[in-house]
Amino acid sequence: MSLWREFNKGIVNENPIFRLVLGMCPTLAVTTVAINGLGMGLATTFVLICSNVAISCLRNVIPPRIRIPIFIVVIASFVTVVDLVMAAFFYQLHKVLGLFIPLIVVNCIIMARAEAFASRNGVFVSLIDGLGMGVGFTISLTILGSIREILSNGTIFGINLFGPAYQPVLMMLLPPGAFIVLGLLMFGINKLTSKQSTAKQ
Amino acid sequence: MKELFLILVGSVLVNNFVLARFLGICPFLGVSKKLKTACGMGLAVIFVMGLSSVVTDVIYDTILLPHDLLFLKTVVFILVIASLVQLVELVLQKLSPGLHQALGIYLPLITTNCAILGVALINIIKNYNFIKSLVFGIGAGVGFTIALIIMAGIRERLELADIPGPLKGIAITLIVAGLLSMAFMGFSGLVKL
Repeated sequence: MSLWREFNKGIVNENPIFRLVLGMCPTLAVTTVAINGLGMGLATTFVLICSNVAISCLRNVIPPRIRIPIFIVVIASFVTVVDLVMAAFFYQLHKVLGLFIPLIVVNCIIMARAEAFASRNGVFVSLIDGLGMGVGFTISLTILGSIREILSNGTIFGINLFGPAYQPVLMMLLPPGAFIVLGLLMFGINKLTSKQSTAKQ
Repeated sequence: MKELFLILVGSVLVNNFVLARFLGICPFLGVSKKLKTACGMGLAVIFVMGLSSVVTDVIYDTILLPHDLLFLKTVVFILVIASLVQLVELVLQKLSPGLHQALGIYLPLITTNCAILGVALINIIKNYNFIKSLVFGIGAGVGFTIALIIMAGIRERLELADIPGPLKGIAITLIVAGLLSMAFMGFSGLVKL
């Protein structure tokens, strides 16, 4: 039961994008189309799970004073693994995501989970926590990417939705679109959750 | 000389790090509440960015490239940046306590600023040499600072505005950033890189 709660919190109550507002750079930069959001989300999830597990295993050995550099090295190693694997097997996606794959190292979510959760909890719970956070991150990125892809191109995951008559909104593909769509999404989610909490009261 | 100038203008205005490349969004959203703190953070970023882009460039050319260790670049760069930030903090503390006081609390935050690692990686992708890396690093820092200061100025005013409840905080900030980014797109076409 509590495992389910650890998993669930990353998706709903502590969603990294919409609740904690962490890891905004890749969120805004790569979500021009849905598939990029999904790819980035999965890559980050992999690093998050691996680093959570590794740090949780090592938590009793790591000297507390130099824990931050150690976390960084562990995270950077897994990011290098992802970078090389993606370059080998998903070359197209790797080329599109480009700079933002090595930049997973400085994604605040991973560091935050290592510091706040994995360094204090058991291996299995940390794995579930990493999985939950990763899934929450992936879902958020895919939603944002889908909205931008629908508006800017009339397609979702490359499937045409509206036929040739659709006039694409080019701005959604460009940087301003990312900021504005995410801002409006935050607005919608705040509105929904505030309604829910007043209904509960 | 002309090329260096183009790199500078390109990194400050055309491909602004925050508003066009989406690097350093976390500090951009986090430290832009007050104009004064935004200035401090901006100065610290310019300083560290210029320094780290030079150091990573030298390490890349003298150690990683000749020994065929390119796959280590992410690990090496992030460690170099983290230790550089520590070093800068120690040196400033000894040599210039005034500057340390001003930048002090922002320095540790900079390690996790993805713009710093981003500059180092872009320098490699674009194959910039020593002096070009320095110019690009400083330009990127200045661009970041400009965006941060404009944002802080707007947010100080927003505090007084009557914003609908659910839009308050991060949502309105993102929408403002979108409008700013649209304004900065007016610079595109200024230089061809």
